[in-house]
Amino acid sequence: MERRELLKMIALATGSVFIGGELLLSGCKNSPALGGSTFSEDDIKFLDEVGETILPKTNTPGAKDAAIGSFMTLMVNDCYTPEDQKVFHAGIAQLNEACNKMHSKDFMSATAEQRASLLTSLDKEAREVASSKKKEEPNHYFTMMKQLTLFGFFTSKPGATEVLRHVAVPGKFDGAYPYKKGDRAWAE
Amino acid sequence: MGDTTGVHINNKAVTQNSYDAIVVGSGISGGWAAKELTEKGLRVLMLERGRPLEHVKDYKTAGNMPWDFPHRGRTTEKQRADYPVIHRGWAASEAVMEYWANEKDNPYVEKKPFTWWRSYQMGGRSLLWGRQSYRWSDLDFEANAKDGTGVDWPIRYKDIAPWYDYVEKFAGISGSREGLAHLPDGQFLPPMQLNVVEKDVAARIKDHYKGNRHLIIGRVANLTEAIPGRTACQFRNRCWEGCPYGGYFSTQSSTLPAAMATGKLTVRPYSLVTQVLYDKDSKKATGVEVLDTETNQTYTFSSNIVFLCASALNSAWILMRSANGIWPGGLGSSSGELGHNVMDHHYNIGASGTVDGFEDMYVYGRRANGFYIPRFVNIGNDKRDYLRGFGYQGGAGRSNWRRDVAELAVGAALKDALTEPGGWSIGATGFGEILPYHENKISFSATVTDKWGLPVLEMDAELKENEFRMREDIKTELKAMFEAAGVKNVSTHDGGHAMGHGIHEMGTARMGREARTSVLNGNNQVWDARNVFVTDGACMTSSACQNPSLTYMALTARAADFAVSELKKGNI
Repeated sequence: MERRELLKMIALATGSVFIGGELLLSGCKNSPALGGSTFSEDDIKFLDEVGETILPKTNTPGAKDAAIGSFMTLMVNDCYTPEDQKVFHAGIAQLNEACNKMHSKDFMSATAEQRASLLTSLDKEAREVASSKKKEEPNHYFTMMKQLTLFGFFTSKPGATEVLRHVAVPGKFDGAYPYKKGDRAWAE
Repeated sequence: MGDTTGVHINNKAVTQNSYDAIVVGSGISGGWAAKELTEKGLRVLMLERGRPLEHVKDYKTAGNMPWDFPHRGRTTEKQRADYPVIHRGWAASEAVMEYWANEKDNPYVEKKPFTWWRSYQMGGRSLLWGRQSYRWSDLDFEANAKDGTGVDWPIRYKDIAPWYDYVEKFAGISGSREGLAHLPDGQFLPPMQLNVVEKDVAARIKDHYKGNRHLIIGRVANLTEAIPGRTACQFRNRCWEGCPYGGYFSTQSSTLPAAMATGKLTVRPYSLVTQVLYDKDSKKATGVEVLDTETNQTYTFSSNIVFLCASALNSAWILMRSANGIWPGGLGSSSGELGHNVMDHHYNIGASGTVDGFEDMYVYGRRANGFYIPRFVNIGNDKRDYLRGFGYQGGAGRSNWRRDVAELAVGAALKDALTEPGGWSIGATGFGEILPYHENKISFSATVTDKWGLPVLEMDAELKENEFRMREDIKTELKAMFEAAGVKNVSTHDGGHAMGHGIHEMGTARMGREARTSVLNGNNQVWDARNVFVTDGACMTSSACQNPSLTYMALTARAADFAVSELKKGNI
């Protein structure tokens, strides 16, 4: 019942609507101005580490296992408005600058703890922007990075099959399926 | 003419120019017309304006894993630019973009906002449809006569009931028997299950409203048991990509194989019917004119019977271009109603909330269905400040990784939290009846043409006071029902409704009792050409609030039966 998809919560774990997807579940926007290969290999490695800090490898795979840096750049290139693309691109440098300010170190040479404390403070900052900004004002770059990390990871093969549970062909529906705390959620 | 009729004839029937019957369109109605007419022994030509699309083989994404989609379901920049109308709502998805009609080649004009989601290919929208299948009752068929709106339906429930039985048995409709007079039970396969929260809410609603309101499992054209040639639904919830199991009703899974099996069906894709050919002496159609959309060549095909099943607006478009020498407004325009009375169902309005508890419960499988709350307003002693009514469709479920966990910013704890399901929530949207207003109409644009230089439709239709009042009630009643059922944090939403957005376009060649006020008679015959039948949404005299496709199936099968009997009697 596809219409029912309308009812899905689209808030994504960021307190903001999905950027590049404000038309509910789909509807990516254009990127005529940028697009293509405007991200460098270093950018992708940088975004891999941002993603890994948001969703780290534990006893299950982390964001890097889902090639999250490449995924983020694909989505930004193909699905973001030129305005959002600009914010995202500038955000890479801004995030690094914020790291220098907080830890006197580039993000790439910061420790895992330093990265986590930085992104925690950026998350707070991004939430404040999201809750106070007018619709036409720019999104915070960290909102974008976090959304793309969560979306890309939990819909990836490792995310869906090794972190969540995925059954390709369920074969039946059980509307009262037992659940106990700790059981993993179904992938979509 | 042999080979000049095209290379796309895709079965063994002999290519020719003359047939017993021509069916225009291959969607739900066209598929049924082809099946019924061929099974009754007629040699049938089915014309589809779009490309061929073969069952299973051409469902290119159906075997993908979710992560095989590069954008994980989201559409790209190019798609967004190419399909602006499809991107007005949930219809845009990476998996199905090839199934939507090319908007650049097929423009239309919105004098008033109109969302027209079209699928030009073999099977039409039968591949993409929502599959919700509800009978109408005399509450619906008598409504126009009782409240003096539009014209009276020329049929009543008893006329269509046996045909509902007939099409339900073949299509495979799963559902529960509820004994509701205004939402009659049918020939159902076993129902899908409500989930544990939906069951609880259903029980509380029943109790609170003293048995006068019902939350039931959706009646849906998905098989809960295998039937010959088709496998039961596998609960993947990816129907609209095309089901490799044949788990839901579509032209490809159901009516087309039956029609092909007769050896009497010829299918010609890339065949845009530009007019019905009319002979003023015999007052009958002689066939149709076809523009081959690949070669731009024009062909004519002749037949004793023509079934227009090109979708509500496109069947009207064909009629408006036919017999213009006699009637400038087209075949069927003598009534003054052709292209008028555009209807739809208005939705994008409802409520949602959270449900406490049930933490030890989850679901298994992806049910391609939800719950249905049948109409309860303006029935019996219930009277509102508007006419007609609405139903709700919705579902309950546990939230997933998309939910916000505000207290966890980043790190292993966030990942762990999102790895488990969140709490339960429930939501629904109303589907409301739209009245037939003469002034809600389509006409030819004076300026815009399509890729082939043909005039395109200009849409001039809107909701009016009755619908706006109903929308207020849709919100108010759902919030009250949810709260009565213990749902917390109930919030309402109203996304507005452009005509057409319900994808239930109807009414542009309505049935009626008199030639001067309707385009079709009670057997779906055009009053002005008795061998032309229109059995898609165009024929509808009112819209009710139930999803209409099942009714199109039943009306098509009924009209086909009548047409063959008239043909045998020499009456047409």
